[in-house]
Amino acid sequence: MSVIQELHRQLVRKERSATEITQAYLDRIAAVEPTLHSFLTVTGDRALAQAAEVDQRLAAGEEIGLLTGIPLAIKDNLCTYGVRTTCASKMLEHFVPPYESTVTQKLQAAGAIMVGKTNLDEFAMGSSTENSAFGFTANPWNPERVSGGSSGGSAAAVAAGECAAALGSDTGGSIRQPAAFCGVVGLKPTYGLVSRYGLVAYASSLDQVGPLAPTVTDAAILLGAIAGHDPKDATSLSVSIPDYTQALKPDLKGMRIGVIQETVGEGLQPEVKSALEAALKTLEALGATIVELSCPRFAYGLPTYYIIAPSEASANLARYDGVNFGFRAEGASDLLEMYMKTRAQGFGAEVKRRIMIGTYALSAGYYDAYYLRAQKVRTLIKEDFAQAFAQADVLVCPTAPTTAFKAGEKTADPLSMYLSDLMTIPVNLAGLPGLSLPCGFDREGLPIGLQLIGNVLGEETLFHVAYAYEQATPWHQQQPQL
Amino acid sequence: MATKVITAEDVRKVAHLARLAVDESEIEALTQQLDSILDYVNQLSELDVTDIPPTTRAIEVSNVTRPDVLEPWPNREDLLAIAPDREDDFFRVPKIM
Repeated sequence: MSVIQELHRQLVRKERSATEITQAYLDRIAAVEPTLHSFLTVTGDRALAQAAEVDQRLAAGEEIGLLTGIPLAIKDNLCTYGVRTTCASKMLEHFVPPYESTVTQKLQAAGAIMVGKTNLDEFAMGSSTENSAFGFTANPWNPERVSGGSSGGSAAAVAAGECAAALGSDTGGSIRQPAAFCGVVGLKPTYGLVSRYGLVAYASSLDQVGPLAPTVTDAAILLGAIAGHDPKDATSLSVSIPDYTQALKPDLKGMRIGVIQETVGEGLQPEVKSALEAALKTLEALGATIVELSCPRFAYGLPTYYIIAPSEASANLARYDGVNFGFRAEGASDLLEMYMKTRAQGFGAEVKRRIMIGTYALSAGYYDAYYLRAQKVRTLIKEDFAQAFAQADVLVCPTAPTTAFKAGEKTADPLSMYLSDLMTIPVNLAGLPGLSLPCGFDREGLPIGLQLIGNVLGEETLFHVAYAYEQATPWHQQQPQL
Repeated sequence: MATKVITAEDVRKVAHLARLAVDESEIEALTQQLDSILDYVNQLSELDVTDIPPTTRAIEVSNVTRPDVLEPWPNREDLLAIAPDREDDFFRVPKIM
């Protein structure tokens, strides 16, 4: 059952006040945070003040929208006016944004309540939240495991019931991979469907904001609230936004579902493979036709990404120079030394690595061999998807090759960490929407994620398939024991 | 191990271009990490990209314009208040020359 719809029902029937609901989430946060560390900032006072306003509106007999009075968590790379936005970096530890991001502005206007800002890998660069400057977020299903990343805080907060739903951002899998690791639903929308204004930029041609939620219905409600054209984001698309909940239908008659052959071979954890095979049988039983197809350049997505994303990052992160905002190192005798020391002390190891890779790939003499070649391979990857969508309405593959790995397991070898995003990255390169939802558990009791990939602006089809699968399976009803 | 893609000297140069002070004791480990990443991404040279146009944006939208209307920033003090160092209405920086 949709958490947002249930809370809305309780509010309009006056079974619980917005203050009671918000307080219950704040109590849950207080109880589980010592174990999980999903949040970098909990905005309890502000949330209760917002809840009191909602209760006044209800008492005055006002009609409220679905998100009014619903407690949400926001990834801490989305600027919130007056509430510090750290990007989990020492560089922005005390940064209080002078403006509000478009997506959080929209949620505020819809009456939603922000309970806090969630943990992430520094500047959204990572796959486990272990690159956070303020400590990692544990997986609610097993606190010795990572929550995934970079939106690990948002995924863990949703899985542990610390919020009704959350926002994350996804550049190479940062919504879908933690959603898979924590057993929740996560959607990376079509590039340009959701405004990036106020999202701290990592790789601008790939970044998108999207929902993490306990059910497909909740994700559909939240996407409807944040999507839409924004004059403040020149890459935002001028398209009308449907009511995504209208797309949620229980049968899949006539739906063609393509299985990407390149994703089901070696390197998959056996339980991930068998969960995918079982999911295909379920989808077929719901009326879908399963088509085997090939995206021959799929595996080149990862090396392409690790040129394009660091290149864009090296330009985007040039703004952190200690002049106008953020951290400044002490004791520099001139401007150049101030830049060098500020950036050396303010950024963590992974951020520095990516800035240096990007700087190298864009530097004189290397541009054609790295950046330009990667952009050309990006074209080939897009072509593979275009051919696949001539044969299928939706593509499926595992969200990640394994379930949540142990904390510390991959931190010594950056490349092994990168490999956990093998399945999600090509989707960002092609600008397509991708959704992860729970499709089983491994023998350790850790959730497994199924990734559905849609064509450009195919969010309604994704929600349709995801909803039908969710209703036919028990996975979303299981809760972690904390 | 195969031929090095990147040398310690390259790493020092790139760090300077990126305005990152790197301690000499970090250079060896950094060189090795960057080298393994660059060695990995070099698998893209297996593909023939002759005559393939580059993709610069995921979804093609071009020539996006808007009316050039002046919008004064509503809270100027908020911008100055977050400066690491400020004097009156100015951002202070160390000696430039």
